[in-house]
Amino acid sequence: MARREPFFWVSVSCGIVVLAFILLPLWEMLTAPSYAMLKETLHDKTVLHSIWLSIYTAFAAAAIAFVFGTPLAYVLARTHFRGKRLVEGIIDLPIVIPHPVVGIAILGVAGRNHWLGQVMSELGLRIMGSTTGIITVLTFVGMPFYINTLKSGIEAISPRLENVARSLGAPLWSTFARITFPLAWRSVLVGFIMCCARAISEFGAVVVVAYHPMIAPVLIYERYEAYGLKYSQPVAVWLVLVCLTLFLVLRALALPGKKAA
Amino acid sequence: MIEISKLKVHLGEFRLKDIDLCIDEGAFFVLMGPTGAGKTVLLEAIAGLTPVLGGRIVVGGRDITRLAPEKRGVGIVYQDYALFPHLTVERNITFGLRYQRHDRAAAGKGLSRLVDELGIGHLLGRHPETLSGGELQRVALARALIVEPRVILLDEPLSALDQGFREEIRLLLKELHRSSRVTFFMVTHDFSEALTLATKAAIMHEGAIVQTGAVRDIFQRPACAFVADFVGMKNILPAFFDGTTAKVGVLSIEIPHRHRNSSGYLAIRPEDIVLSLKPLESSMRNSFTGVITGIIDQGFLYEVHVAVQDLVLRSLITKGAAVDLGLDIGLGVLVSFKTSTVHTF
Repeated sequence: MARREPFFWVSVSCGIVVLAFILLPLWEMLTAPSYAMLKETLHDKTVLHSIWLSIYTAFAAAAIAFVFGTPLAYVLARTHFRGKRLVEGIIDLPIVIPHPVVGIAILGVAGRNHWLGQVMSELGLRIMGSTTGIITVLTFVGMPFYINTLKSGIEAISPRLENVARSLGAPLWSTFARITFPLAWRSVLVGFIMCCARAISEFGAVVVVAYHPMIAPVLIYERYEAYGLKYSQPVAVWLVLVCLTLFLVLRALALPGKKAA
Repeated sequence: MIEISKLKVHLGEFRLKDIDLCIDEGAFFVLMGPTGAGKTVLLEAIAGLTPVLGGRIVVGGRDITRLAPEKRGVGIVYQDYALFPHLTVERNITFGLRYQRHDRAAAGKGLSRLVDELGIGHLLGRHPETLSGGELQRVALARALIVEPRVILLDEPLSALDQGFREEIRLLLKELHRSSRVTFFMVTHDFSEALTLATKAAIMHEGAIVQTGAVRDIFQRPACAFVADFVGMKNILPAFFDGTTAKVGVLSIEIPHRHRNSSGYLAIRPEDIVLSLKPLESSMRNSFTGVITGIIDQGFLYEVHVAVQDLVLRSLITKGAAVDLGLDIGLGVLVSFKTSTVHTF
């Protein structure tokens, strides 16, 4: 067998360090709580409610991203216009802004001192300390992940397919529905998962806008602050397990028959 | 009839300049040019897939310059076929039917007639990824023809195919054109395809049409040095004309008729230049002695470069003839060609 170059061993060593860095803390956390404690936590209504709220708000955020982001991703993937870079930069902003700043910024618009906040309050929409507020924040931070994923997915589809569909008599809308969307649906799903994952992990922005009702990351933080590590771990374990299961199921749906995409 | 006048397209750095073309209803028209000449851009402009900056496109008396692609009645078949990968062959072919005002029975008849004509009945349930190049091309043609467009645009339909399929599809295109009333507008960079399929053609170079006319005329009487080179006239020489004689360097070459200018170019196809060791007893009025400076293998043929005084003439000769003559670099030979094979412009 040929001798491996030193670079190969450097790569392998770095790889092991990176994997250990990621897995060791997670493993420690997952194995720390006893079985009895995990079982007991599952009977805690507050915990169940917060995990459910986390999942539900994250999915709602991804659904909003789907409705508003899909047409935008299509336009960005298929057209060139002056200021396109600027639009792309704006879409990426939520990724780079520190999370508590996002929360403060949203409160600034949703408060009674802002006209938008007044309009919303007249419509009976409350952002501060409400589920609506949580979904707003999660949509804000998750949207770029959905749009960027779908945009690259659509870019990978040959525009010639759409051209042919048009020349066969299909209007733009019909071409999108019958050709582009069916070919891009895996990117839609992956983007949806990315957006959900980003939303479920949000803490900093949510804690500013809505401490209550409590999503799981806020509950975990509260338990840690009030009772210490030991009491926050079981909740964390359940949140991680539920999320992993959900994402594995979605990934499994997205992966088979990859060649068709 | 397709009439294109003063068509202008700007696409990034690329420009189509004042394209004028006139194509008869139901014709088989060929657009030729080297890679990067703008052939596909012109096709997409006619189909409405590339924004047009100026000029007009009229098809069958209707100005379609600003119409949406789906309202033009212009079909397009791409070089890579662009079949919809997520649909079966049958659903690919029938994709456009729902947008046409056909009754179902007629549409069904149209499908079965096309499927028979193209011999693709056994493929209907399959997906494009399982088809060969020739089969993909047949399906793409069926899909474009079933909606009965006025014009069908074919972007190099034969270039991606293996040699065997190429002949087959070429015959098929001829047959389809004969049996339908559709105008075929085909892009190619292969002159032999044009000669066998089309009656009229245009040559494109750097975003402009440089010559249009009957295919044979273009082949025999290229309008400029670029077209001459493109259609395979390898011996293009600057010349001064005096009556029916052309001065090329120190050589005097007999030409078939007087030239309207005192200077220009003359061109001789390499296959029209005959090499021999002794003077030939023939009617060839132009005969010069030269020395072989290069022999290039071209498969079945050799391209032989012969230095005659200060110029180099290129001749195509079969490998058998080359062996019989014992051709080799440095050998002195006679270069002869008929007056009628000399083309001037």
